[in-house]
Amino acid sequence: MRSAGLRRTRRISRASAAALVTALALTSLASCGTSSSKDDDSSSSSKGSSDPSAPLDPKTKVTISIDCMPPAAKAAELREWNEDIKTFNEKYPNVTINGKSTPGQCNEPPRFTAMLKGKSQPDVFYAYFSDLQQVLDNDGAEDISAYVTDKTVPALKDIQTQVVDVARKDGKLYGLPTSNYTMGLMINRKLFTEAGLDPNKPPATWEEVRTAAKKIAGLGKGISGYGEYSAGNNGGWHFAATQFGLGGDVVDASGKKAAFNDANGKQVLQQLHDMRWEDDSMGKTQLLKWGDLQKQIASDKLGMFLAAPDDIAYMVQQLGAEYETFGLGPIPGAEGTLFGGNNYLIKKGSSPDQIKAAIAWLNFKNLTPGKGQFDWARTKADKLPVGLPQPNFFLGESKTKDDAARAENATMPVENFKAFMDNPVPGKAEPPKAQEIYKILDNAMSGVLTNKNADVDKLLSTAEKQVNQVLANQ
Amino acid sequence: MSAPTLSPRKATRPRPGHSGPARRDSAREEFLRAVRRNISAHGFLIGAVLCFSLFSWYPMVREFILAFQKNEDGKTTWAGWSNLTYVFNDPAFWQAWRNTLLFTVLALLLGFLVPFVIAVVLNEFRHGQGYLRLLVYLPVMLPPVASVLLFKYFYDPGYGLFNRILAIFHLPEQQWLQDTTTSMLSVVIAATWMNMGGATLIYLAALQGIPGELYEAAELDGAGLLRKIWHVTIPQTRLILSLLLLMQIIATMQVFTEPFLLTNGAGPEGSTTTVVYLIYQYAFNFNNYGSAAALGLVLLVVLAGFSAVYVRLSRSSED
Repeated sequence: MRSAGLRRTRRISRASAAALVTALALTSLASCGTSSSKDDDSSSSSKGSSDPSAPLDPKTKVTISIDCMPPAAKAAELREWNEDIKTFNEKYPNVTINGKSTPGQCNEPPRFTAMLKGKSQPDVFYAYFSDLQQVLDNDGAEDISAYVTDKTVPALKDIQTQVVDVARKDGKLYGLPTSNYTMGLMINRKLFTEAGLDPNKPPATWEEVRTAAKKIAGLGKGISGYGEYSAGNNGGWHFAATQFGLGGDVVDASGKKAAFNDANGKQVLQQLHDMRWEDDSMGKTQLLKWGDLQKQIASDKLGMFLAAPDDIAYMVQQLGAEYETFGLGPIPGAEGTLFGGNNYLIKKGSSPDQIKAAIAWLNFKNLTPGKGQFDWARTKADKLPVGLPQPNFFLGESKTKDDAARAENATMPVENFKAFMDNPVPGKAEPPKAQEIYKILDNAMSGVLTNKNADVDKLLSTAEKQVNQVLANQ
Repeated sequence: MSAPTLSPRKATRPRPGHSGPARRDSAREEFLRAVRRNISAHGFLIGAVLCFSLFSWYPMVREFILAFQKNEDGKTTWAGWSNLTYVFNDPAFWQAWRNTLLFTVLALLLGFLVPFVIAVVLNEFRHGQGYLRLLVYLPVMLPPVASVLLFKYFYDPGYGLFNRILAIFHLPEQQWLQDTTTSMLSVVIAATWMNMGGATLIYLAALQGIPGELYEAAELDGAGLLRKIWHVTIPQTRLILSLLLLMQIIATMQVFTEPFLLTNGAGPEGSTTTVVYLIYQYAFNFNNYGSAAALGLVLLVVLAGFSAVYVRLSRSSED
């Protein structure tokens, strides 16, 4: 029995050795076939690309795949993408860019997680600001600190430090930003006017929000004054934003303890409870998630909700609304606001020339005033939105230049966003373990919005215990 | 032209008195002949084994390994029992189990009884049974997302159909999916409606296999409808009923789609969060594959326990 077992083991190990050898041979063959860029890189890197801070040599032959190419359905954006590649190739004729497009959002968390686990992300991949830790846990991105300099990204000095720092961990830089947002109060100007409110003065405090919401809901016809999420982790995300607006926090400075079970946190939940049940100004349908409130406000059924400026582009382009309908004010309370955004990271294992090519492309497409995404004249000609307050990550000379071009080519009434623009609120990054915390806070939000007899103190203390547990397990 | 058969193993057993290389050679020849004779059967077998290995067994083994691993700052390390400890200490764990058990009990009460009763009623019809079967099965053919959207509209507390109906009878509005006390029941009702067609058809097939003489005999003995069901129908369909019960327990404990689509997974205050949804959350929203795999293991153990107890009970009842 034993010897038979051993024989079998030996046979199996022989078979697995053969399989391993075959797999290795196939892998090396496959890598020969797919990474021509790497082969080219190795030859070019021997020709002087060993200095990471030196910009990409235009003669270098390299191929990079890039996430988030616009899909065919977004014809104008896709045309701009292809135009940009053409222009980029005038300077770097040997760089081949393989765009990868996705039908929905560029980053859907479940797909993103699976992609990182399977190491199948493109060479240059798109991520939310809050994704960095997840990427690093999966050993997914290259440290590009040495590659990003004033020479490779000339506008670097003008990008808000806070925005670049989002892609930094332990002093190492892993990505470059493409856009940023801060939360504000989105209003439906049409409903404000109908309710006798001044659409040029969005409510600045929660008392004003409550009063305005009551008036708008008073219009009847199933119109809600104020809307809020309480599902899909979006409830927790908005709890954090509202808490920041009141000067509160979600997690303390150490990052190890929950910090929302305080007067501010209580106010957030109590005011939502009262608007829902005492004022009846939030509609009866709750458990809403991202997309639901946009549909309501775009169809003139909702007066206000917390949102980022790019929601307007979504509502106009996808839901058929008009730019004129919307206005934007700073987040009520204005003590702080949640800020987030997107960046591109470079896949771990990319060659130095691939990293350089990626940075050259990102610089051209996303970080140069007047070029790529900041070519506002072209955006206007293509009938795409110009005039939204964000992305707005530049300071100094770059900002002046970009603001002027944006104002000159605006395709929407930018004065509707004056309250938001004139009253910038300091942005606060999302807490560590953001999604886990948001999920817990969803329960507190759904608690007050679906239960008339909700116990705010209990909801907060339960959430606090759960968040502390999550933070203790970091 | 006989169908290929797998040779019995004893055919390759060497005869006494033969030994050494000659015996091995003949055994090998015998084996090769058997392989040649059953070549197409082995071909199918290899395909099936490959598919199962790739899509079932490998993920299972991987899942088991993952349950004891952790990913941090690019390093995969052994985590011992820490994933399981994390899962057991998560307050959502107990809530998810409570919700799942509640769903299972409600789904068994509704999802087991309703199709059986419908099948008994359908079986009584002499005419138009084909159309009725189609009508009952129709909801199963609807894509789940379409059914869910329909029920979302029915349940909406603002403009939903159910509250309109209640209003006609001057009854108070309900919050349905948005109230912690009714959310799970509302999910179960929708799930039962969406899935009962299949179970009804299976029951109906079982009922139609019962010999008519048994009912006639019962009628001669003066049995009414209920006594006929109790003394003829149930004993005759006992096996199929038990099998479906087991399958339903296993399926309902893995419920995901209906609460996920109807209540975005969590429901008010997490009242519809199920164990499988929590696994999904761990894995895809929190990037915590280790805990997801650990919770998967816990679920596997519980389901295996249920199955073992059931098999034991059904065997002893057969004896």
